[in-house]
Amino acid sequence: MNKDLRRERDSASFNPELLTHVLDGGAERTRRRREIEALVLNDPDFQHEDLNFLSRSQRYEEAIRKSALMVVKLREYGIADPDEIYWFKRTCQGSFVEPLGLHFSMFTNTLQNQCTVAQQDKWLPPTYGLQIIGTYAQTEMGHGTHLRGLETTATYDPATQEFILNSPTVTSIKWWPGGLGKTSNHAIVLAQLYTQGQCKGLHAFIVPIRQLGTHEPLPGITVGDIGPKFGYDEMDNGYLKMDNFRIPRENMLMKYAKVEPDGTYVKPVSDKLTYGTMVFIRSLIVGDSARSLSRACTIAIRYSSVRHQSELKPGDPEPQILDYQTQQYKLFPLLATAYAFHFVGAYMKKTYHRITGDINQGDLRQLPELHALTAGLKAFTSWTANAGIEECRMACGGHGYSRCSGLPDIYVTFTPSCTYEGENTVMMLQTARFLIKSYTQVSSGQLVSGMVSYLNDLSGQHIQPQQVAARPTTVHINDPDSLVEAYKLRASRLVEAAAKNLKAELNRRKSQEDAWNRTSVDLVRASEAHCHYVVVKLFTTQLSEINDAAVHAVMNSLCLLYALYGISKHTGDFLQAGILTDAQVTQVYQRVKELLTAIRPNAVALVDAFDFHDNHLGSVLGRYDGNIYENMFEWAKKSPLNKTEVHESFHKHLKPMQAKL
Amino acid sequence: MAAQGKGFQQSQMAQWNRSGYFRSPGSRDVNPDLEAERQTASFSVERLTAILDGGADNTRTRRAVEAVIYSDPGFSRENQYFQSQNERYETAVRKAVYLKEKMHQMGWTEDGPEVKYCYRALGGDLAFNIHRVFKSSILALGTDEQIAKWIPLADKYHIIGTYAQTELGHGTFLRGLETTAIFDISTQEFTLNTPKISAMKWWPGDLGRSATHAVVFAQLYIKGKCYGLHAFILQIRSLRDHSPAPGVIVGDIGPKMNFEHIDNGYLMLQNINIPRENMLSRFSQVLPDGTYMKQGSDKINYLTMIITRVQILWTEVIPMLLKACTIAIRYSVVRRQSKLNPGDPEAKILDYQTQQQKLLPLLATAYAFHFMNGYVNEFYNKGYTEIKQENFDSLPELHALTSGLKAIITEYCTAGAEVCLRACGGHGYSALSGLPFLYTKLAASCTYEGENTVLFLQTARFLVKCLAAVHSGQPIPPSAAYLYSVDSGKCQAWTKMDFLRPDIYGEAYRHRATRLLGNAATKLQALVQSGAEQHEAWNQCTVQLVKAAKAHCHYIVVKNFIDTVEKLRNEAEIQKIVKHLCDLFALHGIFSNTGDFLHAGYISGDQMDMVTASYLDLLAVIRNNAVPLVDAFDFTDESLNSALGSYDGHVYQRLYEWAQKSPTNQQVSQAYARYLKPLFQSALSKL
Repeated sequence: MNKDLRRERDSASFNPELLTHVLDGGAERTRRRREIEALVLNDPDFQHEDLNFLSRSQRYEEAIRKSALMVVKLREYGIADPDEIYWFKRTCQGSFVEPLGLHFSMFTNTLQNQCTVAQQDKWLPPTYGLQIIGTYAQTEMGHGTHLRGLETTATYDPATQEFILNSPTVTSIKWWPGGLGKTSNHAIVLAQLYTQGQCKGLHAFIVPIRQLGTHEPLPGITVGDIGPKFGYDEMDNGYLKMDNFRIPRENMLMKYAKVEPDGTYVKPVSDKLTYGTMVFIRSLIVGDSARSLSRACTIAIRYSSVRHQSELKPGDPEPQILDYQTQQYKLFPLLATAYAFHFVGAYMKKTYHRITGDINQGDLRQLPELHALTAGLKAFTSWTANAGIEECRMACGGHGYSRCSGLPDIYVTFTPSCTYEGENTVMMLQTARFLIKSYTQVSSGQLVSGMVSYLNDLSGQHIQPQQVAARPTTVHINDPDSLVEAYKLRASRLVEAAAKNLKAELNRRKSQEDAWNRTSVDLVRASEAHCHYVVVKLFTTQLSEINDAAVHAVMNSLCLLYALYGISKHTGDFLQAGILTDAQVTQVYQRVKELLTAIRPNAVALVDAFDFHDNHLGSVLGRYDGNIYENMFEWAKKSPLNKTEVHESFHKHLKPMQAKL
Repeated sequence: MAAQGKGFQQSQMAQWNRSGYFRSPGSRDVNPDLEAERQTASFSVERLTAILDGGADNTRTRRAVEAVIYSDPGFSRENQYFQSQNERYETAVRKAVYLKEKMHQMGWTEDGPEVKYCYRALGGDLAFNIHRVFKSSILALGTDEQIAKWIPLADKYHIIGTYAQTELGHGTFLRGLETTAIFDISTQEFTLNTPKISAMKWWPGDLGRSATHAVVFAQLYIKGKCYGLHAFILQIRSLRDHSPAPGVIVGDIGPKMNFEHIDNGYLMLQNINIPRENMLSRFSQVLPDGTYMKQGSDKINYLTMIITRVQILWTEVIPMLLKACTIAIRYSVVRRQSKLNPGDPEAKILDYQTQQQKLLPLLATAYAFHFMNGYVNEFYNKGYTEIKQENFDSLPELHALTSGLKAIITEYCTAGAEVCLRACGGHGYSALSGLPFLYTKLAASCTYEGENTVLFLQTARFLVKCLAAVHSGQPIPPSAAYLYSVDSGKCQAWTKMDFLRPDIYGEAYRHRATRLLGNAATKLQALVQSGAEQHEAWNQCTVQLVKAAKAHCHYIVVKNFIDTVEKLRNEAEIQKIVKHLCDLFALHGIFSNTGDFLHAGYISGDQMDMVTASYLDLLAVIRNNAVPLVDAFDFTDESLNSALGSYDGHVYQRLYEWAQKSPTNQQVSQAYARYLKPLFQSALSKL
């Protein structure tokens, strides 16, 4: 092991293994996770060339090979628990994605949740057996997050009892679904249902797209890959165009809405049920934000303790770059953020499971609030992680730009989560809508509950609401609970400001929508402040659940850093609202720098606690043993450009030119 | 789009197939949503283009060059996003060679006005960019004899050069480089060596596969004494068969985030002997008896880097942000999504305030940097002339200014391109949007030619010295002279309209820069006085110092924008719109950094609300001219190479047609037969 890394590990003040248990949710889960990871790591069938050296077509093929292999092995090992499947797969995939991903998630889940019993009997067995490979085709070229705008049509023909599917415009071509281009033979297609001459809105249909056996597209179906992207090279995101393509009536998913043989439409009971799935998917994205950022931090922090550069003191040897204050300032707040988001993800998952219980009891009361608030958290965490991964990459200087660092792959694989499952700005505005609704309720004298209950504090003041901020400044900057209060005040102040601006716009304009649009910058700010408060609060709450004193001490520092760094980046909000004084802001800046120094000796142990295996990190710079330079050289030698000592372009282009000039 | 019939779509597509993948400007049908935006411009786009080009003559020359380049299928970029690393490299070499021939054929010379337009037209797709740095380093550091010997060879591509500075273990910190050059009096030769793995040259462009020669930076040793870093010319590959010279290990460093067309390389040297004459000796030389002679500043090795920093700003950095804005803004008036008012058609996404807030400040930033570039060039040309005449007085300021501006401009452009990418939603993530390409190119610029944090700290060091000079009443260089002016203490604005006054916001930026620098310097001094060692005190203040340097650079950009508006006084319409952009740039900066201005009470809470109100008003004003403002950049469709950003706005058809050409749709993949088919077989009987 590199001697710098060894020294870093020796000097940690806590046992990272205990922190790993906290992250995994218990020592037993850590043990089981490692056991499953070992199944992959020790299996020669899963070894392959670095995908960075392959073309897209080759990468796709390799990914398909692995997907097929994973299906076989998971069954062989009898692994069926969702978490365990997830551990197994992520160890196989590293930073990469699998073309069958949507088959296992959206396609299968939708069949499970929206099929009648008869439909389940027909479709689920071949789906589990992978004789049917499906995808979920919702997004079109012209419409994404705004679902009502989708243009694909499914017109019912009572004469033949079939639906006729059409892509009436170029913009209506299904575009982006993963696994659609080359892999899938079926798709769940979202289309506007027309029956008896009326549009009944969006419904889901099972559509066969490729011939079983030959895998050729069916007549009336045009399907293909949408071409190269920023990342997701091994994924065949696809397009699908349908021309008068007929499917039997039974292929509409009819657990909720129905079309009778004569074309009569039967409405669904409740439209809130799909909220549950969305909350679940958002909790996954929050978890992914935490993990992607954790991996980036692991790479950047290990590299920063191995890399020596420049001088701090004339005459001394070159210091580790992690000893520079500017480097600590880039990386440690991100490390704190990674931990914070981990706890938020765990909280969301727990909440989802709790309310799933309620839903099964028929109690849907909490769903709308949860749905609205998790939208913002999805946006807040994915935006922050997205920027954070890039900061980690840039903190590794030139070498971070090389694919061997693994950071470009983490980034390009993560960044679309700012867009998919709901574009982030739109998500923030959904949360804002709920915040404004709650504020309005409070203003009219009702109390609100849950994460927005802080708005109740405004209730006594709506006669003179501008006084909200003018409360005594009693913030203690070393006390996480006091900082939660400060964030709470900031959120209530920004929600109130947005609500007032919205009201002022409403007085000036005819339309509600127009006023909303002209306030949306304020509304997004309010949502962000709310989410920031929730994250600080959840991190602080987590502290009380850590028993080991040494782990508690270091997590307390991280939690303080997270909260204080956030303040230092938004001092304007805290100053303008009178939550903090000029002098306190200066103290916050100072305290942030002290915390950097306090965290420095534990930085490597804190990333070790994430417990990412080298294969999963996929980074030469982030190797556990720290032997980076010799391994960079070994990696580079495998570059496709190095296949021959003299590249063919020399003979083709350079030599003839030199002869001519 | 939803209203258009299928027949229309098909005729559209047929028309496109006939006319090739991008049509040239002029008589063409344009998406009505984009056409409508162009009808309402408040100024002459053509006039603004001329101003941006530095005169209508330049615009004419540029367009003439572009017409030649783009009418030649040899320069097509249609397949760029589909190519592998190997193909990209080969294409880049082919095009570089082909461009040489083309220029020869057109009678365009290396020092003629057309060259830079060739690079603008083909930017990002040519090999031998570092070959140009190789030449400029010889021109800057070589003696007249050395220039006479090497430059003609390089001009004709008889040799291909690279500039080998960065090593595996060291980048921006030049003194730490470990390659050695030992002078042997008996043979009159230098022996170059890579003493350990971290000393291997790593990253130089054109090095891996193309270069025959390299300017190598190495620690010079004479009679056992180290004289620091010097530049040497050495041959690394045979001119006959291109094989590596004996003792040379050279290759490509592997795939990167972008720059796949460039063979960034590694280079290991084992006892390579070169004649004494191969040390670049304009500023220091080794005599035959081993005597070391030196003239000029220690900083002279930085000269090539200063030159390169200035050049990349207008070749590799600023134009990328202009292009990203063009793509994102055009797409945002073609893309319709959701409804603003019930019953209306779906709204253009640029009509959403949140979309305006993402893109319009970037448009203002693009203009700010474009104008900044003119100032930097002027400043640089003056300094460069002086240095060549061995007057080094302006070197520290030149170094500080170009360092800080390189850092702030690359940082903002990179972040800006990423915002553009995400503002285009899912389609921005497609390589065919052109935005991933622009972003990943820009991302590298934050590191190459000096890591940005290190550069900000160099600017900070200069500023701290200037501040000390102010306190002792000495003169200070012009770019920091504002440190002498007296602060009013409070912002003088009374209404939101006051924040549209350049004197008001200019003063706010000046105040912020002065205050942050003052705080950092005070803290530094306090630490030293309390007994901390100088270096430790410096490290403890670096976060603050970076912030101060950024505030300084931000002020310089705002100030220059204000001056630019001032100079447009004979162009009423243009001046008006550029003034709006200047206001927007300045107010967005305050809005995004409220704490800096509120802290210490220079701007009050009430005033900050005015800033916000004015800022949001400006978004609506710029909105109406957004498309004409990006049209004025006058990028051809070929140079944007984007399905989303083309002039005619036929976004969806182009995306669909182009995607079908992807190799993944052409090549037969074995994935189905090998892996999927076995899975599907058993279903045949059941379904």
